[in-house]
Amino acid sequence: MAPPNTPAPAGDLTPELLGAPEWTDQMVAAAGIPMYDIPFLTVGGGMGSFVTLDYLRVYGVPTSQMRVISNIDTPWQTYEFLTRCSQIPRSERIRSDSASRPDNLWGFPSYALQETWKDKTPAYLWQLLTEPLLNDYWTPRAGTVFESIEREAKRISYWDMLVKGQVRMVRRRVGGGYFTVVTPPEGSGPTKRVIFRSRFVHLAVGYPGLKFLPDLQEFRTKHNDYQHVVNAYEPHEQVYEFLKTRPGTVVIRGGGIVASRVLQRLFDDREKYGLKTQIVHIFRTFVAGSHGPHIWARRKGGNGWAYQGFNYPKSVWGGQLKAEMRKLEGAERAAKYKEMGGTNTPYRRRWQEQMRAGRSGGYYHAVQGTVDRVERAPDGRLVSYVRSNDGIVREPVADYIIDCTGLEADISEHRIFADLLQYGGAFRNPLGRLEVERHFEVKGTASGDGVLYASGSATLGGYFPGVDTFLGLQIAAQEIADDLARRGFVRKMGPLRSTSQWFKWAFNTPV
Amino acid sequence: MVPTLFGRIQTRLFLLATVGVVVTLLIVPVLPGSSGALGARYANALLVLLAVAVLGIVWELIYHFLMQFRWEKDWPTLFGLLTLVPEGLLLYFLLRSGAVDFIDPVPPAAFWTHFTVVWVCMWLVANGPMRVPFIRWRFRGGRVL
Ligand SMILES: Cc1cc2nc3c(=O)[nH]c(=O)nc-3n(C[C@H](O)[C@H](O)[C@H](O)COP(=O)(O)OP(=O)(O)OC[C@H]3O[C@@H](n4cnc5c(N)ncnc54)[C@H](O)[C@@H]3O)c2cc1C
Repeated sequence: MAPPNTPAPAGDLTPELLGAPEWTDQMVAAAGIPMYDIPFLTVGGGMGSFVTLDYLRVYGVPTSQMRVISNIDTPWQTYEFLTRCSQIPRSERIRSDSASRPDNLWGFPSYALQETWKDKTPAYLWQLLTEPLLNDYWTPRAGTVFESIEREAKRISYWDMLVKGQVRMVRRRVGGGYFTVVTPPEGSGPTKRVIFRSRFVHLAVGYPGLKFLPDLQEFRTKHNDYQHVVNAYEPHEQVYEFLKTRPGTVVIRGGGIVASRVLQRLFDDREKYGLKTQIVHIFRTFVAGSHGPHIWARRKGGNGWAYQGFNYPKSVWGGQLKAEMRKLEGAERAAKYKEMGGTNTPYRRRWQEQMRAGRSGGYYHAVQGTVDRVERAPDGRLVSYVRSNDGIVREPVADYIIDCTGLEADISEHRIFADLLQYGGAFRNPLGRLEVERHFEVKGTASGDGVLYASGSATLGGYFPGVDTFLGLQIAAQEIADDLARRGFVRKMGPLRSTSQWFKWAFNTPV
Repeated sequence: MVPTLFGRIQTRLFLLATVGVVVTLLIVPVLPGSSGALGARYANALLVLLAVAVLGIVWELIYHFLMQFRWEKDWPTLFGLLTLVPEGLLLYFLLRSGAVDFIDPVPPAAFWTHFTVVWVCMWLVANGPMRVPFIRWRFRGGRVL
């Protein structure tokens, strides 16, 4: 018979540790968890971690002072997975602009100059010159972005800093700094956990999780059907493959860029393979034209969509809106977010053409409506019960439903954030996410001379709205690097050193 | 760089004082149609830059106002280039009319060559190389200080 109180296997979290908001070195040692010291630790290992390490390496921090803990092998892996699912293979162009370069903190030369040189295509420069007035914004190919990050990652010795593992929690340390609890890959060490003791921790764990539209989630669970009702962020090639074998109908939900991408794929396939695909597009908010409270705040729109080049108005990354938002607190900040927020997609000439052809050809139908429920018809297809604002009820029948709303789950769905909210002193901002300072320190979590930073989507709702973009992650990284310089962890970066570092970048010389 | 009002003004003054001055020093000796002592021509050309700076503050206020009609509160690259036309014309007529009497009238070819070359150089620098020494500039709406 097993003894009534089986001791936890050595090297795992103990109830004592789990229940204590602050840990001492002795508590960790008593649990038998191996401990490593590293001054700066970034958690996530995606784009946010990469640009932060890139800044700090360029500012002068040696690799021996920093580690990145991640469950992926390359910084672009998760991003590439999500873009590929949502129909941006390496050859397609992403959303952000020419000067948003995660591999180059100066943004010069921009991607457009690089691709012009490589493809010998001066037309890119003409587009850059005339964007967004006579042309769509010039944006880089996904492949260009990944290749240049790979080059930079090698240059800064990124892989010397990578530690594979899943971070379980970050707890404050008595005496200053933090303990980061990591579950290493199975079989890689003698204990279930290892702990990193650091003065500075940075969290860039991306999206806490995906959330499905409730009516679609209900259908999926009830019928155990994950094939016909899909989310655009999960692999769903089967939809396009099916449509190549026989004519079918697809319902699209959502009015953002992912809906635009999926539409483009459907239209492209229709053209390429001579298909007869019918598309019903349901917008919960149907934008009929320019919208906004007054002439100084009016966004273009039409045919259901709100049009905007990037996910926020361009000046949030450096102009007027960035300066304004930086001063706002609480309800005022929330109101400003509301004023400039909302789902939107870029106005791209190719997409407009395809939709026009679809409307006049009678195979693309955009409607306003809220879906009450989805049911299975006797022939196995999917009936959506759609109620529009003017009371009309439609019941489109489809072979597939693609959810392009891309709703993000609450931050508490992520274990690290849930733990921080419960034990770490962190709290929520006016949009319900993690409240951070202007320099991206997580408010309420200071520990002695240690600092906990966070960037990316989890911090949306703060003094800076553009957080979940390459450029936003770089802005956060710069604020963090400058804050670390103020705290004496790294040298300040002035114009001369910056210029000499830029030359190193240009000649691909290791930092 | 997407400017704020102070950022616009600072960037203009900074670029005139650096790129503008350097380009002027290089170009004045070879400007078409100008005559007189080189020293006097330099002095005059630098005064033209000064006029671009002073008038520019008023222009930037106008641009800032016009920018408010744009949802994104941005200022497309092309605007930064094309504004050389109204600014050049206004300054040219002011000089011609003698309204700015501390600057000697400049022959049209010399004025337009000087003005355009300086403008285009400043515009090119503002659209990229400026970010190399000043890594915070583009995130601060063009403020240098
Ligand atoms: C389809 C799509 C297209 C986009 N296009 C653009 C664009 O064109 N331009 C632009 O600027 N932005 C774009 N973005 C937004 C954003 O820039 C990217 O999503 C970017 O990858 C975000 O970087 P991140 O570091 O926050 O998250 P990620 O790159 O997702 O990295 C976070 C990583 O942390 C890991 N992680 C999470 N929890 C743990 C844990 N407990 N332990 C260890 N590791 C963990 C995750 O596995 C993930 O790999 C796009 C986003 C999407 C979804």
